[in-house]
Amino acid sequence: MIDNLVFIILPYAAATLFVVVTIQRYVRKGFTYSSLSSQFLETRELFYGSVPWHIGILGAMFGHLIGFLFPSQVLWFNGVPARLYVLESTGLLFGLMCLVGIVSLIARRLTSPRIRAVTSKVDVLVLVLLFVQVALGVYVALFYRWGSSWYAASAVPYLRSLFALEPDLKMIAPLPLAVKLHIVNAFLLAAIFPFSRLVHMLVVPIHYLWRPYQLVVWNWNRRRLRGRAPWPKTETSGAVAPAGSEPAPSGRTIAAR
Amino acid sequence: MDVRLQISMVFHLDKCIGCHTCSIACKNVWTDRKGAEYMWWNNVETKPGTGYPTAWEDQEKYKGGWEQKNGQPELKMGGRVLRVLNVFHNPNMPTMDDYYEPWTYRYEDLFNAPEGADQPTARPISMVTGRPIDIEAGPNWDDDLGGSPVYAANDPNLDALTPEQRQEVFDLERLVFFYLPRICNHCLNAACVAACPSGAIYKRGEDGIVLINQERCRGWRMCVTACPYKKTFYNWSTGKSEKCILCFPRLETGQAPACFHSCVGRIRYLGALLYDADLMLEAMSVADDKLVEAQREMILDPFDPRVCEEALKNGIDDRTIEAARRSPVYRYVKQWKLALPLHPEFRTLPMLFYVPPLLPVMAKTDDGLYDTANQELFSPIEKARLPMEYLARLFSGGNIEHVRLALKKQYAVRLFKRLETVGDLDPAQVHRALEQVDSNEEEAEQIYRLTSLPTMDERYVIPPMHREEAMQMLNDDLWEEKGEAGIGFHERATRGA
Ligand code: SF4
Repeated sequence: MIDNLVFIILPYAAATLFVVVTIQRYVRKGFTYSSLSSQFLETRELFYGSVPWHIGILGAMFGHLIGFLFPSQVLWFNGVPARLYVLESTGLLFGLMCLVGIVSLIARRLTSPRIRAVTSKVDVLVLVLLFVQVALGVYVALFYRWGSSWYAASAVPYLRSLFALEPDLKMIAPLPLAVKLHIVNAFLLAAIFPFSRLVHMLVVPIHYLWRPYQLVVWNWNRRRLRGRAPWPKTETSGAVAPAGSEPAPSGRTIAAR
Repeated sequence: MDVRLQISMVFHLDKCIGCHTCSIACKNVWTDRKGAEYMWWNNVETKPGTGYPTAWEDQEKYKGGWEQKNGQPELKMGGRVLRVLNVFHNPNMPTMDDYYEPWTYRYEDLFNAPEGADQPTARPISMVTGRPIDIEAGPNWDDDLGGSPVYAANDPNLDALTPEQRQEVFDLERLVFFYLPRICNHCLNAACVAACPSGAIYKRGEDGIVLINQERCRGWRMCVTACPYKKTFYNWSTGKSEKCILCFPRLETGQAPACFHSCVGRIRYLGALLYDADLMLEAMSVADDKLVEAQREMILDPFDPRVCEEALKNGIDDRTIEAARRSPVYRYVKQWKLALPLHPEFRTLPMLFYVPPLLPVMAKTDDGLYDTANQELFSPIEKARLPMEYLARLFSGGNIEHVRLALKKQYAVRLFKRLETVGDLDPAQVHRALEQVDSNEEEAEQIYRLTSLPTMDERYVIPPMHREEAMQMLNDDLWEEKGEAGIGFHERATRGA
């Protein structure tokens, strides 16, 4: 019963919240999509928290994603012990970076009065859940060896069964409690994701890498008037909408050349 | 030729009395809110002095503006990839301590304190944490303290002086300062625009105002570092950056921005400039001491028929061109060469120009006697208490000639008017002075009038903003919308789903 609740109902409830609220918030309260950086108030301790945290979590999440997408390839890769050791220790390293990062970030929130002033209840909840998640992850990595293999062999089939809308708990039933908690906590994180500052990861500015430096927004259609950009010579000098959606909605884009 | 329009500004520093009315007007209108308390979109600094935020001109510390890298302009804070990686932690981000922690006072204590032997006091309270604080800095901490070694000695611009000159600046007899009011320069090559990973910052094509789209800003805070003038501010409460908007809602209704409108010294001028955007890359790539000239080169003559034709082709309408012809900025910057950009060496092509101040002269001579007789024509300029190198460091990328001309010309105009009103000068000498600065009586009279007696309409020549044309953003062919239920960001009036 409890298994059905946390491994079937919870994930679907979380996924629904994740999708519906994320979109609804983006459309209705797009303004609130911000990193909510507190670096302006405190920068030194942030460095020791934010940098290891972000590197660690990106690495760890990427690892989970690869395992989810290519389980058989991961198992094949792990067939050679040396490769398995490398993969496991890389994973552990990322996990430890997360741990160092999240502990520093929590300590910073607790000790700096300025940072406390900009801490909301959701922030606290997010920090607690993330800490639990990372601590469990590192614990599992240390005490239940070769996670990269058994993750691919037993957790992934369960996750995939969720996506296939045919939840199948067989494979995860024998997993240790710590692993189960790790999974449940992940669902909780997904559920509060759209209510928290975590949404900033959806607006990561990758398109910056190829957009032209200068952006000009015109009242009138410049592209029709002329066809060149002054600087940089090789690119169009950009097009952005005055408000709202990103990227600029096509068709109604303001040409800026 | 790619003719564009820029609403541009001139601040006449000789007229600024340092009253901060401008700052207060701006604060009351725009930044009297949570998270924005520390922001001064308009602030007035004392020079020599370190300014706000402290030592903002020191780009070794703040990494603002552009530099030439392999013949290409690149942001001083680094390239694109670095910027995306640095969103986790921006190594060059100024913090609140570089500005100041905003505070208020616990005024209730004055009324609620129990009766006692001591006067009750209102303790200062941080507006961030709500706790009592010891005030360590404020928005104008070194106001009027120019010449004091404690603050002014840290002015980054003093590095333009020799050690002896530096020593002299702080001599009691030479004590001198002037005010430098600052707002966003609405640059042509804005570093904040270039640095914004989200693409939230943009320049308005029709008037050149640089704005931050609050909805697209995600708080990556690269603009704060990139702006060498430190005129983008991070709102610590909303998690968005904000900056001077040149009061565009006022401009669109034909009113001058709040700081201009309220300026007590009437030092502020605003008008349109036409410029050739094709020359931009070139203008930002020349050597430091050529920057002023290159930027002036970009500014086009609104009386030139070819320029007007190109402007019309680019969608600038004739009433706007008409306004550009009456622009006081065009006269000060291009025709009279009196107004210079602030720190052109940051290479953002700032569009706020300053008329450098005629500083008090150094009357004391070597042997300790005051000697005012036997003056050479322009000796008061050469003997100014603050070495001209200092002004050149501020306003012309180190090129003294620009500053010298601007000062001499102002002085020549004074001589000219003195001849007219007091009549105690030799007319031949006055004419010689005007000739030396490549000027004539007619121009001198014009400079005098626009400097001393301008009406509000002469100071602020605001072209019609044509917001009605903004509709073209939504649809190229407005005829398509004819017969619809209105145009704009709204849902179509359709029946059913
Ligand atoms: S209001 Fe005018 S005179 Fe007063 S400080 Fe500001 S710029 Fe100077």
